[in-house]
Amino acid sequence: MLEINNISTFYGNIQALHDVSLKINEGEIITLIGANGAGKTTTLLSVSGIVQPKSGEILFKGEPIHRMKPDKIVQMGICQVPEGRHIFPYLTVSENLDMGAFLRKDREGIKKDLEQIYDLFPRLAERRHQQGGTLSGGEQQMLAISRALMARPRLLLLDEPSLGLAPLIVQQIFEIIKKIKEESGTTIFLVEQNANLALKVADRGYVMETGRVTMEDKASSLLSNEDVKKAYLGI
Amino acid sequence: MDYFLQLFLSGLTKGSIYALIALGYTMVYGIIQLINFAHGEIYMIGAFTALIVASVLTILGFSGLSILILAGIAAVIYSSAYGYTMEKIAYRPLRNAPRLSPLISAIGMSIFLQNYVLLAQTSDFLPFPALIPEFEFLKPVSHIMSSAELVIILSSAVIMVLLTFFIKFTRMGKAMRATAQDKKMARLVGIDVDKVISLTFIVGSSLAALGGILIASHIGQINFYIGFIAGIKAFTAAVLGGIGSIPGAVLGALILGWTESFATGYVSSDYEDVFAFALLVLILIFRPAGILGKSSAQKV
Repeated sequence: MLEINNISTFYGNIQALHDVSLKINEGEIITLIGANGAGKTTTLLSVSGIVQPKSGEILFKGEPIHRMKPDKIVQMGICQVPEGRHIFPYLTVSENLDMGAFLRKDREGIKKDLEQIYDLFPRLAERRHQQGGTLSGGEQQMLAISRALMARPRLLLLDEPSLGLAPLIVQQIFEIIKKIKEESGTTIFLVEQNANLALKVADRGYVMETGRVTMEDKASSLLSNEDVKKAYLGI
Repeated sequence: MDYFLQLFLSGLTKGSIYALIALGYTMVYGIIQLINFAHGEIYMIGAFTALIVASVLTILGFSGLSILILAGIAAVIYSSAYGYTMEKIAYRPLRNAPRLSPLISAIGMSIFLQNYVLLAQTSDFLPFPALIPEFEFLKPVSHIMSSAELVIILSSAVIMVLLTFFIKFTRMGKAMRATAQDKKMARLVGIDVDKVISLTFIVGSSLAALGGILIASHIGQINFYIGFIAGIKAFTAAVLGGIGSIPGAVLGALILGWTESFATGYVSSDYEDVFAFALLVLILIFRPAGILGKSSAQKV
């Protein structure tokens, strides 16, 4: 479904990604794990078109998207929940959700999806008229994921959904991620520092170090890999 | 009492015009954190466009209100085109430059537009036709309120209600607010940020043009320099109310209008600006973010 072929991305003169390649098949959850500054977020931003790779190509359903503007990429069905959630702080919860569906024209469908989301997250329904910035961290993460779902993505990019959240909430978020995959068949590209959790929900995993992909394997094999255990799982 | 009411209404009239211009300042600031110093020039160009169109229509035999409406439409279209183009050539290439660069570019744009109109038109004051007719029903109170004042106050109020509706409830209005709050995230939900910024300039310019034609037909003369003065005043109003805040701009503009009007009426017209700017200094000392401005503390 998504194919990243040898992309190199720069911030000014600093090279953040070196020949990164990875592949996501329809309907699977893949995860990209690695330390701080390894280039995980840059990889996701490159897919969304926020930063453009200098060389290499990104194909979505066989079509090159690495020179497209971000709104065209969203239109094709790729949505991202960025690191740090990025809730619109002065828009209400329902306005935030409405912005998720910005490019959709089917009013009926949007309404139905909104109700579904309120069913799934009663907390958001309770707070629908409250400003996004006033929600707790966990609620904001749920809102951020819901907002992305409002676009009915084919591919969902999740950047550090567990960041700064209490362990119990992290569990909930990962339950939701599994549920999204099972119920709507959405393909998920998950970037996480919490490698243990990420590898448990994912089908396959990639390991990234200083801008390069250094390992790729089935998630279960990575979980039992001695090097991964030592470096990322703390065992 | 009559005198007080008269001053109150003339302050409200002035404030309404300041508000129409201040809204453009505050909307542009809200979305790209730029003080668009050339915004006053857009207002001046609106007034000049209206003058030219009104002269042609008068020769063609149109009458009062229909000229006002047609000239208004022409001024809005022409000024919007200027605002849109200005953003495209003077600000967009500097989007990622340090904040001082677009500011200098804005000042340059302002000087350029003033001198362009000076050369293309004239440096003299040009008479502007009184396009707003005298209403019969206002005769008994004409010593308190002129019909021009009534038209200005009412049309400004209607325009501001429409604007509020647009920003609050339409999807494009929400996208504007979203873009102002978080540009990166706006891109990630599929908003074309460049388009939203262009639209902001178009809306702001339209409001300024309407302000231009309304006040010109009230005061009765225009020249190339009116945009500078009105721009500074409206900018003051926007800062007074809290730059970036839409209700703040309106509130600041009304307070400024009243301050000027009462200072003129009860002290002396020489003191009009003294009081206006003293008020600005006071408010900035006690509320640096402006009356309705958001303080910069944010939850992370």
